[in-house]
Amino acid sequence: MSSIDIAEAETTAGSRRSIAKGAAPEQARSMAAAAVRRALTRAILPLLVPFGLLAVWFLFSRWGVFDPQLMPAPAEVADELAYLIDDGTLLTHILVTVERLIWGFAWGALAATALGAATGYSRLARTLLDPTIQALKAVPSLAWVPLFILWFGIFETSKITLIAIGAFFPIYLNLMTGIQDVDRKLVEVGRIMGLNQFQLVWRVLIPATLPAYLTGLRGGLALAWMFVVAAELMGASEGLGFLMIDGQMTGRPAIIIGALILFAIAGKLSDAALGRFNARLLRWQDSFGVQEHSKS
Amino acid sequence: MLDIDTVSKSFPDDAGADRPALEPVNLTVGEHKIVSLLGTSGCGKSTLLRIVAGLEAPTTGRVSIDGAHVDGPSREIAMVFQEPRLMPWLTVAENVRFGILDLPKAEQKDRIADVLDKVGLADFQDAFPKQLSGGMAQRVGIARALARQPKILLLDEPFSALDSFTRQKLQDHLLSLWEADRFTMVFVTHDIEEAVVLSDRIVVLRGQPGRVEKVLDLDWPRPRARTAARVQELKAEIVGLLDLR
Ligand SMILES: Nc1ncnc2c1ncn2[C@@H]1O[C@H](COP(=O)(O)OP(=O)(O)OP(=O)(O)O)[C@@H](O)[C@H]1O
Ligand SMILES: [Mg+2]
Repeated sequence: MSSIDIAEAETTAGSRRSIAKGAAPEQARSMAAAAVRRALTRAILPLLVPFGLLAVWFLFSRWGVFDPQLMPAPAEVADELAYLIDDGTLLTHILVTVERLIWGFAWGALAATALGAATGYSRLARTLLDPTIQALKAVPSLAWVPLFILWFGIFETSKITLIAIGAFFPIYLNLMTGIQDVDRKLVEVGRIMGLNQFQLVWRVLIPATLPAYLTGLRGGLALAWMFVVAAELMGASEGLGFLMIDGQMTGRPAIIIGALILFAIAGKLSDAALGRFNARLLRWQDSFGVQEHSKS
Repeated sequence: MLDIDTVSKSFPDDAGADRPALEPVNLTVGEHKIVSLLGTSGCGKSTLLRIVAGLEAPTTGRVSIDGAHVDGPSREIAMVFQEPRLMPWLTVAENVRFGILDLPKAEQKDRIADVLDKVGLADFQDAFPKQLSGGMAQRVGIARALARQPKILLLDEPFSALDSFTRQKLQDHLLSLWEADRFTMVFVTHDIEEAVVLSDRIVVLRGQPGRVEKVLDLDWPRPRARTAARVQELKAEIVGLLDLR
């Protein structure tokens, strides 16, 4: 029997066409229209709730439901932010915060990657290091603050260390368990193909661990945002967190709310960017979420 | 020639004591032969195959190919597993390349095109494993093994996860690949008919620890009709040997 017969018999005509060739032109057009519709829905639906809340906020302020001393109207917050943009300080505050976040996240991710790889890969390293790391994890991260201030002062080092600790744990845990969960059967395929240790790591272990690692990075980034605020609240002269403290001290809730909104936007944007990057890298994954994604 | 010389295997049990899984096996397989290992579950078929593949060390005895001792995975041997075991992050073509990374790029390309054509998946070279059916994925597994142009192809229940229709097609297909490339084939199966239709020699194993119960030599021509009287008779004999009635 010829090999082509088998391929014909085993695959339905439909899936063959969609994978191998591509659809007829009129079909393609209606598919494109549907795709545009879906993209619009996807862009608009998530904005519905935030704008709804904004509208409620606006109306309640207008009707005097809120005490303006505590909860200013949206326009006031916008004015306050516009003022800060005009005198150039807002950009500085944002950049300072982002810079701290990046350094803290980078150091945390670096340490987590090195330690997670070691404890995931080597049983010796795991028995030696993991119990200690797990014990450190049990310390509420903010409890480190007094010690760091004592050691490093209130300046950048203590802040970045705190952020790094926040980012560290999700990355470390995901990477370690990710490596341990790699399918032994795939490793065996590598062995029988004569791959050496380095090739096994590069061609099997790393790609197989990637989904868990990227999940860890995303969780680490979220915690880094959390800790950058904590770090700035504990004493800073610049940054979005400082802005909030400043607003509190001078009794200007508009500034606090403005900074809150900026945190929300920045956190969401950075998470979406990382999520998008992950989805690209993990195109091959056969999971429910990915399917949903690739359909649209 | 593949030579299996008093190969046995014990595994440590929970208490750390040795529990035999396979009693000493002697078997020689000539070049371009097809040998099947047939037997009840747990009698050590996979264990024997994994020892031949160099994935596991025998407790006693040795395996050699043309006189050379096998003590680890080797270039001459390729293996197809019960599951396709494809790397989900690699496309079909990249999965096939996985078995021949040590070759020059141009040679890799030629071989990939060649084997994918042979298993009828040339159109799917850029597909990811998640886009394949079970039978297609198993064919990629076979293509990946064949790309190595092995002297000996080991298959551990390669078709047991497939429906009987697809299984028969793939058996016929494997036979035509074997006719074209003339490698030596050792495969494990639970399917008595599969063993009878394909093999030059059937090694019947039984018991726990496993022992070679009988070696049957079949010098009939291929292809063999599944419905032929001889095939049915031998099937009945083997059923008797295995005490399955
Ligand atoms: N890694 C291992 N550690 C301990 N015992 C093992 C191991 N691998 C196999 N065994 C034991 O060896 C015996 C033979 O196992 P094997 O997988 O070779 O059987 P099999 O003939 O392939 O069975 P099946 O047809 O169900 O696949 C079994 O009793 C099994 O429990
Ligand atoms: Mg088995």
